[in-house]
Amino acid sequence: MIGTSTVSTDIAQAAPPRGRRRRFSQLSRRDKTVLFVMVGIPAFIHIALVWVPALLTAILSFMKWDNVRPVDTAEAVGFRNYWEIFTIFDNQLFPALFNNLVLIVWLFLCSAVGILLAYLLDKNLKGTRVYQSIYYFPVVLSVAVVGFIWKSVMFNRDAGLLNILWPGDPIDFVGDQSKLFEFNLPLLDFPLGLSTNFAALLVAMAWRHIGYIMVLYLAGLKSFDPSLREAASIDGCNEWQTFRRVVFPGLKPINVVVAVITVIEALRAYDIVAALSEPRGTEVMGTLVTNSLTGEGGGYAGRGSAFGMVLFLLCIGFIIWYVINNFRERDA
Amino acid sequence: MTGKIEKSPSPSEVGFSLMSRRTLLASAAAVAAGGVVLAACGDDEDEGGSGGGGGDAGGEVTFGSNYSDEKPKAAMQAAIDSAGLNVKVNTVDHNTYQENFNTYVQQPDDVMCWFAGYRMRAFAGKGVLGDISDVWGNLPDMSEGFKNAATGLDGKQYFVPFYFYPWAIHYRKSLFEEKGYAIPNNWAELLELCEKMVADGITPFAAANDGGWPQMGMFDMINLRTNGYDFHVSLMGGKESWTDDKVKQVFTNWGTILDYYQPDVNGRTWQDAATALGNKEAGMYLLGTFVTSNFDAETQQDIIDDIDFFAFPIIDPVHGKDAVEAPIDGFMMAKSPKNEAGAKALLTALGGAAAIDAFLAVDPSSVAANSKAKTDGYNALQQKSAELVGSAKYIAQFLDRDTDPDFAAKVVGKAIQDFLADPSSIDTVLSTVEEQKQTYTFE
Repeated sequence: MIGTSTVSTDIAQAAPPRGRRRRFSQLSRRDKTVLFVMVGIPAFIHIALVWVPALLTAILSFMKWDNVRPVDTAEAVGFRNYWEIFTIFDNQLFPALFNNLVLIVWLFLCSAVGILLAYLLDKNLKGTRVYQSIYYFPVVLSVAVVGFIWKSVMFNRDAGLLNILWPGDPIDFVGDQSKLFEFNLPLLDFPLGLSTNFAALLVAMAWRHIGYIMVLYLAGLKSFDPSLREAASIDGCNEWQTFRRVVFPGLKPINVVVAVITVIEALRAYDIVAALSEPRGTEVMGTLVTNSLTGEGGGYAGRGSAFGMVLFLLCIGFIIWYVINNFRERDA
Repeated sequence: MTGKIEKSPSPSEVGFSLMSRRTLLASAAAVAAGGVVLAACGDDEDEGGSGGGGGDAGGEVTFGSNYSDEKPKAAMQAAIDSAGLNVKVNTVDHNTYQENFNTYVQQPDDVMCWFAGYRMRAFAGKGVLGDISDVWGNLPDMSEGFKNAATGLDGKQYFVPFYFYPWAIHYRKSLFEEKGYAIPNNWAELLELCEKMVADGITPFAAANDGGWPQMGMFDMINLRTNGYDFHVSLMGGKESWTDDKVKQVFTNWGTILDYYQPDVNGRTWQDAATALGNKEAGMYLLGTFVTSNFDAETQQDIIDDIDFFAFPIIDPVHGKDAVEAPIDGFMMAKSPKNEAGAKALLTALGGAAAIDAFLAVDPSSVAANSKAKTDGYNALQQKSAELVGSAKYIAQFLDRDTDPDFAAKVVGKAIQDFLADPSSIDTVLSTVEEQKQTYTFE
């Protein structure tokens, strides 16, 4: 699993031996070859598959291209794609950006719940394995499957479980785009807000995200030195204080990973929304990008790339912040 | 765009008007007698037909199919088998196929499944399809109207029609008999019928819009009845303003029947709405004739047999019921197929009566495009489909087939969802459509 492997490397890196730089110069020829193969090849693949397409997308976002004719038919249009998405397609871009923002806040709340569950399950309760399996179950399912389960089994207006249990008038969880709350921004001629169907989607996403974070954190807790906890209790810490003052700070590398994963999950959200065929009110950046670039309507590669670049800049901004922070602490 | 090319097949050309079938057969026979070899078997035909193409007609032809559901898949296989060629079928899930088509069409199989109308023309205009004008020399049973629907803006043919299915208002015969409902002929009668149904505790209209496309059919039908076919064509071609009073009138008319809809349209799948029709919870349902495929042929045959449909009622007597929506599905050829002779032989065979007869024998939910296809085996609904199309003067494809699919899905589709969520917002919704329309070229 990607999550745990990141954790272990991060733990390894979190306690770097001093004087790493000096040792670097002591590398033998063989070390250098190994280093080149082990770092160089993944780096090459990474650059070829991630950064080259990213660069091409950036270039495309300043072009007009129908995605079908040979690429040399593309013509440069300057910032027109950006102007279009920010002024003409503003009723799609801004709700999507707002939904991504809501997701960041929401998934952080879910991460907190995940951490709480992990902490409880780490107590070797009776049947802890059963609980773990139950909470982790949604993570094992493909997100598209999660989407279909919620759409047809839970949310269906006419026969869904939630509407059978709900005593009042049935709620259209999938299609109801009326806003639970809304506010106006100065330059927009429509209100932004959280629509009912996106709120319903948040529940489905929480169902999955909580289990994911729980397993990640549980792995960290298992590796946490129990003697520290004992020491805390001898010093008279209660449960909350032990967690707040000892365990949580002690698991800082994992906390960082959880934070990173949470933000990335929120920004790249796509699959569940797409599985529900993106009803109005639930658009996120991921679906805007994909729908403009693929599909039968994917004849507007420039515009789709511009949507993509907005998402890219959001992600890269976060990554730069994270990398700078991480390195600063290590150098200190 | 010239008017001629834009026109979908007219009913006399479609050849399903029972009145005119005999004349059509006669004229087709005359054409055949005139020296055109009927293409029943591709192998024999090909050697004379397209000598210029590379490859060997007996060699393997690849066929990209989006007939991924069980029944249509079996039906398509039967149609292919009837051609007697060496065909390798690559079946892809139909949603995936459509979504990846932009990429796929650049390196496709020799022959691929697709749709008539703007959807075909857009790709033909981009030069990624093979010209199959010579194949049309071997398709005497296809009427002029279908030929137009298969013709690109450059006047060449790029498409072989296979079948079509009309959109109409479906209902259960037993319910109408039991309650004494009459088929509404005009808008006033429709509203009256809706009131009666409400009084009887029945929801007049089953309605779905999950995926954003089902209600496009309602928009199209009200537009065709209110403003006529020519306006539909020019609106879809981007030549009319969406803030025009004519468009507003469509939504005003639509608004008067929204009260009779099932509530919460946007999140309901067409299957769930069909179930409501099947249960007699709802009285009427505007959808393609594929609505019957929601019911299981084993256990719900009584419902399937009980479903009938009627043409959308008259709104403006000037237009009457002169237009019907009947999307056409068919095939295209790759720009540079590996086996061109084989591909053309296959297309010729698929355009023939034998192929569609074999298809409809397995999956009888649509109506053959070939005028010589067997109609005596048609079930009641197919017969009625043929009559419906036969009694109409114009055939529209469908909103997302008659215009840029991106514009249809991302602009009009969203607008319809917004309208259904809050009908009072229509002015804002339409001015947004008009604004966003400006970014499309409709080439």
